[in-house]
Amino acid sequence: MSSSLSENQAPETGTARVKRGMAEQLKGGVIMDVVTPEQAKIAEDAGAVAVMALERVPADIRKDGGVARMSDPDMIEGIIEAVSIPVMAKSRIGHFVEAQVLQSLGVDYIDESEVLTPADEVNHSDKWAFTTPFVCGATNLGEALRRIAEGAAMIRSKGEAGTGNVVEAVRHLRQIKGEIAKLRGCDNNELYAAAKELRAPYELVKEVAELGKLPVVLFSAGGVATPADAALMRQLGAEGVFVGSGIFKSGDPAKRAAAIVKATTFYDDPKIIADASRNLGEAMVGINCDTLPETERYANRGW
Amino acid sequence: MSTEAPVIGVLALQGDVREHLVALAAADAVARPIRRPEELAEVDGLVIPGGESTTISKLAVLFGVMEPLRARVRAGMPVYGTCAGMIMLADKILDPRSGQVTVGGIDMIVRRNAFGRQNESFEAAVDVRGVAGDPVEGVFIRAPWVESVGAETEVLAEHDGHIVAVRQGNALATSFHPELTGDHRVHRLFVDMVHANRATES
Repeated sequence: MSSSLSENQAPETGTARVKRGMAEQLKGGVIMDVVTPEQAKIAEDAGAVAVMALERVPADIRKDGGVARMSDPDMIEGIIEAVSIPVMAKSRIGHFVEAQVLQSLGVDYIDESEVLTPADEVNHSDKWAFTTPFVCGATNLGEALRRIAEGAAMIRSKGEAGTGNVVEAVRHLRQIKGEIAKLRGCDNNELYAAAKELRAPYELVKEVAELGKLPVVLFSAGGVATPADAALMRQLGAEGVFVGSGIFKSGDPAKRAAAIVKATTFYDDPKIIADASRNLGEAMVGINCDTLPETERYANRGW
Repeated sequence: MSTEAPVIGVLALQGDVREHLVALAAADAVARPIRRPEELAEVDGLVIPGGESTTISKLAVLFGVMEPLRARVRAGMPVYGTCAGMIMLADKILDPRSGQVTVGGIDMIVRRNAFGRQNESFEAAVDVRGVAGDPVEGVFIRAPWVESVGAETEVLAEHDGHIVAVRQGNALATSFHPELTGDHRVHRLFVDMVHANRATES
């Protein structure tokens, strides 16, 4: 009975299974960026599985410039009070004290996010040190596995947040899925070299080769603005989607939010996606990623 | 009793559908995801997975699955709910969000997120009546508990003085997630319920 739980053991919190298991419960769902309790309620009423509480959506962070940091605890608590669905919040990359603060506030998931200005240009936070689970962004398989090695319990594509342009999210998801498919074809001899190339721990590389998927849930994020965008990401293999600026920077947020939820569930049914796409009002304007200077690309943050 | 494998659906509107499909297949059922009323008509039993109960409830109403589901549960189709699925099977929610409705089927009152937020999510061993051998590894994630049950509802397990598994007739519910553990005994119990129900129907 050494490996299984016995009757006398105290309940155990913060295990890898409850952290990763939490993300499993979000699958097939939409996680929406919100900046006020009112927006959080709109998101919940529209069928969001969770909300991301932040002071400014990525489109505004882009516009305003300057250093983007963790949100005000009052603002996060206001959103926790307003809804019964899980609440996530962002810390800066490597800013483990912001993460400690978020854990103390009782958020359900911490996003160590490239959308905020990085606090450490070498190290990410040690996520095993926390009871609260973490989600991290990735542009490729090696990056995803390095984050998982640091304790991330969920991975999302980085995409290019705040642009309303899905092209980078597509690139990152295709990259991750393609690299997983390639690992599936490797024999045991090749996995060592693959781990070296991916700059990721051999054990995780081997696990991915065997499972044919990441050992944690994979969502898409960064640039989703329409129901069809959300369905596209799901058809490409994302298990759910984050929508940032796309909802509350559009003409009719409540309607668009509900439409994206529908299209995410019925991602393989073009008729339902068509119905969901009707009369949504204006989408967010959007930015062409190829005109975006390298220094303004959030996806380049994180290592 | 028919030996042919029963067809068991997993309500696939949102949640940990894949894990239930794997667990049911391991327990010798033919498992398939269900999103539409016409798909519901073809199954011998149904699992309502873990997920967000508010989201699943909304989508079930929106896409016309709620009423057919209620009708089939009333007619005695075996059904098993984990976590959010337990909430969906409760005749009453203590503190529902506005507009949150349930399928019902088990005479009980549930409290949502009763064990707390994610930081309080935990694993603990649970003795489940009807599951032989070692205790089940209970994975509780923002889990509900059962406040009270009616006379017809059998309590199968408790944790820390709170009811966490129940059965009423052909309806089974657990606060925790056996589908996340690789131990398929609770799913096997449910598959046996589906077998038994087919035997009485034929």
